[in-house]
Amino acid sequence: MSVDWTIVPQFLPQLFKGAKMTIYITLVGLAGGMIIGVIAGLMRAYGNRLLNFIALVYIEVIRGTPIVVQVMFLYFALPVLASIRIDPLSAAIIAIIINAGAYIAEIVRGSLQSISPGLREAGLAMGLPRWKVLALIVGPLAFRRSIPPLGNQFIVSLKDTSLFIVIGVGELTRTGQEIMASNFRAVEIWTAVAVIYLILTGTLTLLLRLIEKRMRIL
Amino acid sequence: MSMIEFKQVSKHFGDLKVLDEVDLNINEREVVVLIGPSGSGKSTLLRCINGLEMITGGDLVVDGMSVLSGNANLREIRQEAGMVFQQFNLFPQLTAEENVAFGPRHVRGLSNSESLRIAHELLDKVGLAEKKKHLPSELSGGQQQRVAIARALAIKPKVMLFDEPTSALDPELRQEVLNVMQRLAEEGMTMVVVTHEMSFARQVGTRLIFMENGKIAVDGKPQEMLVNPTNPRLKDFLRHVE
Repeated sequence: MSVDWTIVPQFLPQLFKGAKMTIYITLVGLAGGMIIGVIAGLMRAYGNRLLNFIALVYIEVIRGTPIVVQVMFLYFALPVLASIRIDPLSAAIIAIIINAGAYIAEIVRGSLQSISPGLREAGLAMGLPRWKVLALIVGPLAFRRSIPPLGNQFIVSLKDTSLFIVIGVGELTRTGQEIMASNFRAVEIWTAVAVIYLILTGTLTLLLRLIEKRMRIL
Repeated sequence: MSMIEFKQVSKHFGDLKVLDEVDLNINEREVVVLIGPSGSGKSTLLRCINGLEMITGGDLVVDGMSVLSGNANLREIRQEAGMVFQQFNLFPQLTAEENVAFGPRHVRGLSNSESLRIAHELLDKVGLAEKKKHLPSELSGGQQQRVAIARALAIKPKVMLFDEPTSALDPELRQEVLNVMQRLAEEGMTMVVVTHEMSFARQVGTRLIFMENGKIAVDGKPQEMLVNPTNPRLKDFLRHVE
């Protein structure tokens, strides 16, 4: 069977549908991951011993296990353990939320701790309450500094959605696999899938560059 | 009138005793210069006044409020004690005018325009009116420190605390900062200054305190202490800094 690129266009609508699902899982997952990550990161950076410990356990458990195992656990083990039944799409989104959340927490902690303690002292010495020092001084500086590693994590999470093929979520990789199974056009289909992923990650990179440029330099 | 009162103040960092039952009374309009070898506790003493370090023994009263009387009072104390740091600690993402307007805006709760008006007035006072739109990274060390002084003044403090304000500066940039400080002293500001600038101590200080091992070793008039030191360790110290 020779390579024939003309077969690709007829499968594009189907692939785009898969890509849409990938985007949806990534966006919702990362939005949730940011919320969890910021909370856990703050607990790590400023929490008392108990809060710090809780966040640390969460981060280490998630970082120490593969995302495929995590989503399998959510989808297959949770119903047995707690009779909680979730559909594949929800399992996929939750997996991204808790997985990205753990990595984002470390990014948040690292960024907060990289800000010179002198700036915090300068804020406190003015008579600002601690939360205002965080919200007005340390937070914005840390956010600016966290953009490059966050961008990295966003791209990793986007690509991680391809692993949800194992629970049958109809995202881009799964869609490619299904098309492949019907026509065996491996080269054409997997090339098309790869290009679509590149377009998605490239757009993400561009967006982050823009945000970075618009913010004042340190 | 007494502005700052140390009553048997101790400060420990773990097992290390940095301040050892210090008694000290600082009155309004005094310019107190703190000197001493490194590790003698002079910076810690200064940082206890606004609660950047919490005392571990005794009591410390600033303008009638104890630093131990809770967070609300501590914030009140900090609003009455402006602080200038060795490393300037200007907010790097804000321009000079935004740095100075920060306190009026976010601590005093004034409007944006009123805060900026105060900022311009103070930047003018420290001779940096034309640099108001510059970021700290675009200013020299001496200019940054003058902005930092303006920023501390912007919350209308009753006392100014200086923690080695010229130590991070090249020698040729120190004088511009010292001049601003001298003008403040002449206006009657109560000041506590940790420094190695003996000329400043002599010309501007109304009182000189030599610290050693967490205690006040000598407390007196700068002229007398510097011209004719009687304490042998002060004599030794002065030989090393001059």
